[in-house]
Amino acid sequence: MAQSIELYDAILNGDAKKAHAATEAALAAGALPMQLIAESMVPAMDEVGRLFEAEEYFVPELLLAGRAMRSALDLLRPLMVASGQKMSTRVVIGTVKGDLHDIGKNIVASMLEGSGFEVIDLGSDVAPEKFVAAVEEKKPQIVCMSALLTVTMPAMKTTIDALTTAGLRTKVKVLIGGAPVTMQYAKEIGADGYSENASAAVGLVRSLLAVA
Amino acid sequence: MIATTVRQYSTLAIPVANGLLYGVCPHPLECGLGLTIGGGLVFPEVNFTLPAMNIDEGTWADVVAHYEDIAEHILRRAVSLGVQGIVLEFELLPPMTERPEWGAEITALLKQHLKATHEKHHLPCALRVTPTDIRDQLKPPLMRTGQAWERLKRSLEMCAEAGADILSIESIGGKEIHDQALMYGDFQGIVFALGVLAPRDMTWLWGQIHDICAAHPGVACGSDSACGFANTAMQLAHQKMLPEVLAAVVRAMSAVRSLAAFEQGAVGPSKDCAYEGPVIKAITGFPISMEGKSASCAHFSPLGNISAAMCDLWSNESVQNVRLLSGNAPEVFTELLAYDCRLMNTAAASEGGALQMRNWMVASDEWLSPQAAVLSPDATIKIATAIVSADTPYHRTLAAGRAAVEILKGGIDRELLHISRKEQQWLTRIDDALSTMPEDEETLQHDLEAQYGSLYDKPGYGM
Repeated sequence: MAQSIELYDAILNGDAKKAHAATEAALAAGALPMQLIAESMVPAMDEVGRLFEAEEYFVPELLLAGRAMRSALDLLRPLMVASGQKMSTRVVIGTVKGDLHDIGKNIVASMLEGSGFEVIDLGSDVAPEKFVAAVEEKKPQIVCMSALLTVTMPAMKTTIDALTTAGLRTKVKVLIGGAPVTMQYAKEIGADGYSENASAAVGLVRSLLAVA
Repeated sequence: MIATTVRQYSTLAIPVANGLLYGVCPHPLECGLGLTIGGGLVFPEVNFTLPAMNIDEGTWADVVAHYEDIAEHILRRAVSLGVQGIVLEFELLPPMTERPEWGAEITALLKQHLKATHEKHHLPCALRVTPTDIRDQLKPPLMRTGQAWERLKRSLEMCAEAGADILSIESIGGKEIHDQALMYGDFQGIVFALGVLAPRDMTWLWGQIHDICAAHPGVACGSDSACGFANTAMQLAHQKMLPEVLAAVVRAMSAVRSLAAFEQGAVGPSKDCAYEGPVIKAITGFPISMEGKSASCAHFSPLGNISAAMCDLWSNESVQNVRLLSGNAPEVFTELLAYDCRLMNTAAASEGGALQMRNWMVASDEWLSPQAAVLSPDATIKIATAIVSADTPYHRTLAAGRAAVEILKGGIDRELLHISRKEQQWLTRIDDALSTMPEDEETLQHDLEAQYGSLYDKPGYGM
């Protein structure tokens, strides 16, 4: 039995120190990293997600839970890499060139991370060539782009075009979001998906990858 | 250079709630082409932006054409509706601040339209110009040095030279901490950003803007907005991402950093998106711009009517230049604002009409959300009084937060304000946090160093 109630509760309550300690204790007791993830961490984050959807949790509780999960993962990651186990789906994210508004992007990044995805955050005002370089180097399955201004939205298309030119477009799913962005715009520029808010973005990533 | 404080407010210019009315203030602002703001009438302040398009050398002619079209149609409809005065606000987009000559070119274009309309139709009018605060390009942002600040400063200067009547900005000092603290519900971090970093930046920045305005006679030293702080919180609360009570307390506390502009010589009108404006009006007596129901083109707010209760300009926040059935969106929203203002001014023309109208607008929204509850005239006076009763920006921020908590608790106790159990838990949590804050800002900074120290540039805040 590798389930750690202490780890589950620590993540649910957003307590990073307790999550770290509970993980250490579970490993010392012989638990395997993948078992801890599957039986304690993912169920805890699922419950956090449920509470958020039910409006019992706000983003702070969600992010603190994600932070607690990361503190546990910091212990597990080296063990998993050493044993040749695959970490998780990788997501590259950033606001597009010219757009410095990154709070929405940060929420999406944190929620994805808290849901177990490996997130490469390129920051804000990210040029198309930087997205291309990150896809080439990091080999993500997903690229997320955000724009808050109508005048920076076109940079989403420029970035998708740059991925196409580099021969990378078919290797990643591209998701877009931001206040002025619409599903219609996503279709027009050839994105794979659009999300109206951060929690829907996580669900969209999961559905695109058919991640349970 | 360290800015010298022009004034320090320790009393209220408007000490009683019933003195807070729309259209009037103790220090009206004469500006632009024959316009007096806060002298008895409320005027539309029309804001606009481009549709989805690139801004670069190749599209610049199209950009200019959009602004020509916007100005022509707004002013034509304003004249058709017989507005008694109007303000156009030009909020530069980032590339227009990056290349100051671009922002100046549009400023001159808009001013030319206003001049022509003033000459032909004798319409009192003014142009507010708001360059983008682009200092957050680097992480951590460089606040007082570097290319971004140099370009921003040049943009302010060139817009003043090109015909701006009022200079404003939505500054971002402290936002690099506030964004993260807000997302994690870290109240100490929020207070540090709003009560320590932001006022330090505001004091320095508005000293600079005051000097620029002083060097350009006729250009009013306008005001700032806590948009990036309190409106961010309000929008996230609307999306159920943050507690509404937290957003309401952040709103009250944000008034302290916005007040710093006036202590450096700003004369208003406060920015439309600065919902902390009534507190500023109560303390300083300068006119304010507000936005509400007729700004739903730009964003949601639970403040549609109450936000108009004490305004001197009434704004639509921002709307894209896209075609609607009756015309392009900026002129359509000009019409909405014109009728809003006409009704308010008609009510004010009768004995006791302004107070009655104000009270209706307040009553329609006041207890339907925490955000509205801290915006009523009574709440405004309580928050403003708390602010001027404290000494430093840090202590003022805490005082404003405590006043907001008491207002919300009072509304709950009287069963006027109804919030969820979860929201009530957060209100208790905020109350507890306020009661355990360090006595001085140095201790707070020390306590938060490990968490936030790498995220902000201390010399940029005079630290």
